[in-house]
Amino acid sequence: MFYREAGDFKTSYVADNQTFPIKFDRYRYYAVLVVAFGIIPFVINDYWANALLLPFLIYAIAAIGLNILVGYCGQVSLGTGGFMAVGAYACYKLMTAFPEVSMFIHVILAGGITAAVGVLFGLPSLRIKGFYLAVATLAAQFFLVWLFNRVPWFYNYSASGQINAPERDVFGIIITGPNAPAWATYLFCLIFLTACAVIARNLTRGTMGRTWMAIRDMDIAAEIIGVNPLKAKMTAFAVSSFFVGISGALFFALYLGAVEVGEAFGIQKSFLVLFMVIIGGLGSIFGSFAGAAFLVLLPVVLKVVGADMLGWPTDIVAHLQLVIVGALIITFLIMEPHGLAQLWRVAKEKLRLWPFPH
Amino acid sequence: MSDQLIYATEVILNGLMAGVLYALVALGFVLIYKASGIFNYAQGVMALFAAMTLVGIMNGQVPFAHLINAIFGAHITHFGWNVPALLAILMTMAVMVLMAWCVQHFVMRHLVGQEPIILFMATIGLAYFLEGVADLMWGSEIKTLDVGLPQGLNVWIDDTTYGIFGYGFFIDNLDIVATVIAAILVAALVAFSQYTKQGRAMRAVADDHQAALSVGISLSFIWVLVWSVAGFVALVAGIMWGTKSGVQFSLSLIALKALPVLMLGGFTSIPGAIVGGLIIGVGEKLFEFAIGPLVGGATENWFAYVLALIFLVFRPQGLFGEKIIERV
Repeated sequence: MFYREAGDFKTSYVADNQTFPIKFDRYRYYAVLVVAFGIIPFVINDYWANALLLPFLIYAIAAIGLNILVGYCGQVSLGTGGFMAVGAYACYKLMTAFPEVSMFIHVILAGGITAAVGVLFGLPSLRIKGFYLAVATLAAQFFLVWLFNRVPWFYNYSASGQINAPERDVFGIIITGPNAPAWATYLFCLIFLTACAVIARNLTRGTMGRTWMAIRDMDIAAEIIGVNPLKAKMTAFAVSSFFVGISGALFFALYLGAVEVGEAFGIQKSFLVLFMVIIGGLGSIFGSFAGAAFLVLLPVVLKVVGADMLGWPTDIVAHLQLVIVGALIITFLIMEPHGLAQLWRVAKEKLRLWPFPH
Repeated sequence: MSDQLIYATEVILNGLMAGVLYALVALGFVLIYKASGIFNYAQGVMALFAAMTLVGIMNGQVPFAHLINAIFGAHITHFGWNVPALLAILMTMAVMVLMAWCVQHFVMRHLVGQEPIILFMATIGLAYFLEGVADLMWGSEIKTLDVGLPQGLNVWIDDTTYGIFGYGFFIDNLDIVATVIAAILVAALVAFSQYTKQGRAMRAVADDHQAALSVGISLSFIWVLVWSVAGFVALVAGIMWGTKSGVQFSLSLIALKALPVLMLGGFTSIPGAIVGGLIIGVGEKLFEFAIGPLVGGATENWFAYVLALIFLVFRPQGLFGEKIIERV
């Protein structure tokens, strides 16, 4: 009824190539932005920020990053946790070394450092493919976590081996440490997420994204038609690690505040982000959002229903959560291997014809 | 012999024993990968599941007791009997076969023809599911497993080496038993796949699904069989590791340790799994012994992966893997 292309005429190439060519989509996108930037910061409180919104925003950035690598370039990585740790520790070292510099710059620089590390660990992908690569990225995961655990320079020789985010501000507003207001941390993460999503969206539909997809679909054929595999794979690793590094920095500085590397950035984190990408949909920016939202919401919902409403012991709820997550992943893969994004696409196709499908 | 050399020898011996245990887990992976092309991440959790089931049956625990108590407000925990180890192992095996059938019937059957990465993800989902079920069934506290395997210092080796070198080697009895059992297991597996009808059918399926179908081999039966055999291997690995370090969540992480073993040996080769396991076992113990103290220790966490990574750059299919031929 409202969702259709009829009457939506384009008179320029710019209009034809925009991200949301259908008017309804475009307005919906603007509406989401208005709500996210203009309304939520005024109604947010600490519980909502810490339980749902911050983890969602931060994981969404990580999922976008991983989706570029796995979904667009086809290089399976199980090292996300390790790369997030690089972002977190880089951010920590920068924050403590240059306290007067703005957090924006620190977070972006942390992403840049992670990108460099990502390229380094991505180099073997030129020789190793498929599962072998997935396992090879585990080397990055375990080595990096070990490194941050064992080399005291990284945690500034603190006695506990933890890193704690000192209080830093942006334009005079405190955004890290325990005194940061919820709306400020939320907005800070939201700005990064929006920027990352826009950049990722435009990269993936440009030349770079097409070379990635060519490599994903068949690397030898891509090479024959003139795609440089070195360049394509390295840029994918760099861009992906850049986003993952940013999310790691935000995860540490804004969300957790204090981090013990093995606990916060262990192998479980790698799997969690990978699940987000798969459940959301490989090769879809929207899918990264959907997957992150789903896996952030699920434990909260289960906890509210199981522990608070039914009054079951928390350990049973935790175990049930494992069972449900596992079953959901399997069900998703059987019903819809292309994830939530595909369901969304199908729904949109149906909506375009509704209510007169013939 | 100088002291250093003697210590190094002891380290190598212990590394070999540890390597056998890694190989034991890796074997399960190879079996399933060869027969169905599925990279079964859940192998480690299967070992955990098997070990927990074994302990639960031996202690006469009521399955799902916690859940039943929570729902109905009852207070049941145990049946009040203990099952002898051998019988309990047989019952656990039956549970593993049932699990294999469920996996085939409810999961893998619906995923035939999907891309390998999707199948891999499905096994990760399966790993979560099984872990949750195992915790729900038997509770998540750390349990001790004792099926009567000898444990502790082997006095004979200690005495003999002390007599020769003036320094007694510390070698755990359990490691020796594990080595022997692993050897028997491999021999049995080879015999099974070479000399029995089902074994031949299994190899046929591994070679070519369609050709196997066309000569009348039931794929679904073979896959249940393969998952059952993998479940059996998981049970053996679970008993070994469970006796060694207690039955707890970390048991499922041995699957991660088995991955570099597989990469070294090649995903498709049973001898590869054994040799890869030994190389990793010895390599990481020696590295920890020689270099570990210089860089802060605990290098065992990552050494295996980095070794496998460097190795793969030069030989992408592993030691014994089939040569990778790529076509457009």
